[in-house]
Amino acid sequence: MHELHEMSGGTTAVPHMRRRLHLVSFRLLRGAIVYLGFVAIFVLFSVALRDNGFLTIENQLNILRQTAFVSVMAFGTTFALSAGEIDLSIGQVVALSAMVTAVLLRDTNALIAVPGGMGVGIVIGFANGLLTTRLRVPSFLITLGMAGIIGGLSRWITQLSPVPVLDATYTFAFGSGSVGPFPTLFLWTIAVLLVAHVIYRRTTFGRQLLATGGNRTAAHYSGINTDRIRIASLVICSSTASLAGLLYVGRLHSARYTLGDTDLLTVIAAAVIGGTSMAGGRGSIIGALVGSLVMGVLNNGLILMGLAVTEQMIARGVIIIVAVALSLREAPER
Amino acid sequence: MTEMSAALADLPAEPVVLAARGIRKSFSGIEVLHGVDFTLRRGEVHGLVGQNGAGKSTLVKIINGAYSQDAGQVEVNGTPLVEGAAGETRRRALAMVYQEFSLIPSMPVGQNILLTCEPIGRSGLIDDGEVRRQAQAALTRIGADIDPDDLVEELPVGSRQLVEIAKAISRDASILILDEPTASLAPAEIRVLTEAIARLTEEGVSIIFISHHLDEVVSICDRVTVLRDGEVTLVTDTRDVTLAGLIEAMLGRSLEGALAYRAHEVDRTGEPLLRVTGLRNGRLRDVSFELRRGEILGIAGLLGSGRSEVMRAIFGIDPLEGGAIEVNGARVAIGGPGDALRAGIALVPEDRVRAGLVREHSVADNIMMASWRRVARGGFVDDGAARRVAAGFVEQLKIRTAGLGQEVKGLSGGNQQKVVVAKNLSATPAVLLLDDPTVGVDVGSRRELLEDVRALAVRGNGVVLVSSEFEELSGLADRVLIMRGGAIHAILDRRAGDDLSNEALSRAVQE
Repeated sequence: MHELHEMSGGTTAVPHMRRRLHLVSFRLLRGAIVYLGFVAIFVLFSVALRDNGFLTIENQLNILRQTAFVSVMAFGTTFALSAGEIDLSIGQVVALSAMVTAVLLRDTNALIAVPGGMGVGIVIGFANGLLTTRLRVPSFLITLGMAGIIGGLSRWITQLSPVPVLDATYTFAFGSGSVGPFPTLFLWTIAVLLVAHVIYRRTTFGRQLLATGGNRTAAHYSGINTDRIRIASLVICSSTASLAGLLYVGRLHSARYTLGDTDLLTVIAAAVIGGTSMAGGRGSIIGALVGSLVMGVLNNGLILMGLAVTEQMIARGVIIIVAVALSLREAPER
Repeated sequence: MTEMSAALADLPAEPVVLAARGIRKSFSGIEVLHGVDFTLRRGEVHGLVGQNGAGKSTLVKIINGAYSQDAGQVEVNGTPLVEGAAGETRRRALAMVYQEFSLIPSMPVGQNILLTCEPIGRSGLIDDGEVRRQAQAALTRIGADIDPDDLVEELPVGSRQLVEIAKAISRDASILILDEPTASLAPAEIRVLTEAIARLTEEGVSIIFISHHLDEVVSICDRVTVLRDGEVTLVTDTRDVTLAGLIEAMLGRSLEGALAYRAHEVDRTGEPLLRVTGLRNGRLRDVSFELRRGEILGIAGLLGSGRSEVMRAIFGIDPLEGGAIEVNGARVAIGGPGDALRAGIALVPEDRVRAGLVREHSVADNIMMASWRRVARGGFVDDGAARRVAAGFVEQLKIRTAGLGQEVKGLSGGNQQKVVVAKNLSATPAVLLLDDPTVGVDVGSRRELLEDVRALAVRGNGVVLVSSEFEELSGLADRVLIMRGGAIHAILDRRAGDDLSNEALSRAVQE
């Protein structure tokens, strides 16, 4: 009896091997598809929009500038999704952070305004996390409700009127300036990318985050404080939305309650296209950057093609569905 | 039931409604059923018993069509079952009743019973009144006092099982297969179930009753078939058999390849490694025991006896309502698994897929899941160190994997379980709790796992091993706690000369 079973180990090894190869190749393909897709789109536009100035340095820098907001938020969203959570209030956090920053810049100075604006995201992220874990309500519902509350606050704060920003040092540092050939928006993107990537890939927090998102029960059984991890992931996500708000203020020299209100879908699409699982447990910060660039290049291309705003909206919706479908397809269940 | 079978004895035997003849079945070259015969007569309750792995579930799956046999034939009412649509029609006479798995919790009882065969009214819409009426009729037929409008999720487990049965008979099933129907039922619920079974058999419904509770098999069933290692070892009227006879038929006399107990040193001086006193919560009643360095303490009991609940309570999964846990003589407060691991207690849980692994993550990430901090400085993971630790466990536990980066879902059940064990060992616990660690593990890996458990104790750790395979306990444990109804029913100690054989443990948990 015993020997028979030993033999079975040998005979089953072959199908195992085959299945494994299949899975590995599928995973590699899925991981690479975003990079291949990015290159394909870039080459296509370089040829098709050759005469519309797609390849000019000015246009490329423009893409980098326009992508920064989405990139920064996609990094944060990668954390939330990886922990098995989602933050649907980031668009509204952008607006409220921008409004608070602009008002504080008007009434005080940047040393108070910057921490004040960032504090908005930290506090809201913490509230999202506490409500999600303590009330045991899925974060998509909590943050959806939070989006309403914050949306109201950012309209109420100045009774709908925009707040201009005149602080030149602030606007230089947060989005309008350039250091050498590099726009500060690009430098911010790179800085946040590096910090996020290191935290995500190289720290115990990052590993525990992925374990929590991959299987919360198993993570709990492994002694991981899963509530703490989930709260932290939502704080990080919301904080990147605050930073995006600060960057919008610097870029536009003013704050409005409408800032960020169309970014949510683009941000989630960028993270997902970049290889982050909506179910948690898997993701990539670098992938989120490439995902954001894909969205940015497509957006830029649509504008250069001369599409009207309405046509752009329709095209963008179609592109997001196609791109997300391509990157989210799961390996077939056995 | 027994009165009925007594009456039947004077009459000619009831016709056979289901016959399986010479059933053979192999999985990856290993034959698990060696020509099994099984007959079910009209209106009888037929027990099917055997140890885990004896072939009960394979046989039942062949009967209900989930597997196809390699040789032999299944006949329902004299007609062979065949593949395809014609076979499907005949198979409708058969219904497998699970504990609750085919019910939709958020739907009312009535809609569940008539799911996919709802009566359509003249308007072309579902006739809700008729749904309620037919559901009520089915429930009444088995004497179940359940309102068709109640939501399934609000019913106790016992009632859900009755709903399952009502669902099956409302589809004109004349043969029911009940798989461990009493495992999670309270005594009162078992009585209701027994009555329902009696009503059905009087109507001519036949029932295959699979159970590990031999006392119930003897009292509920008319006949019993015992399987051992894929062969029928006994078919008899339950009137003519005793518990001891059933156990002997199940276990046989010789157990080839069984683990032989080897004495090893147990440190009996000073404070015990682990001492629990008066553990109490909804599922446990005053559980106290000690565990010494180097000792393997077995826990035996039927499903629902509290054997898993003890482990869960000590590890901080289920909150305690009373009692104390001491490690090396010092009281520890355990509010969750994190506290338990810090106190040096690790748990290999009963359900490795749900509670042990992240299936989509690599072997290395899973092994390190509980101990990233040990390979990190200032919060930054040293991946080289992590790989070395993981590689060490892969070698030590002989985990068969394509590499540290392979996703664990590609591993066999046995190797997945070794990863869970490695994860727990990487947290360097002094006490390892294992909750039925060899379920779904092939025989080769199982042996290796058990040898690893023994080695752990030899190195001076303490091990608590819950197992439904009594031969594992006879081969490893120094002492065995017998649990029943959430309390310790008896303690068998090898040093005191108690019999810890497979047979003795089987008897002890049934007593």
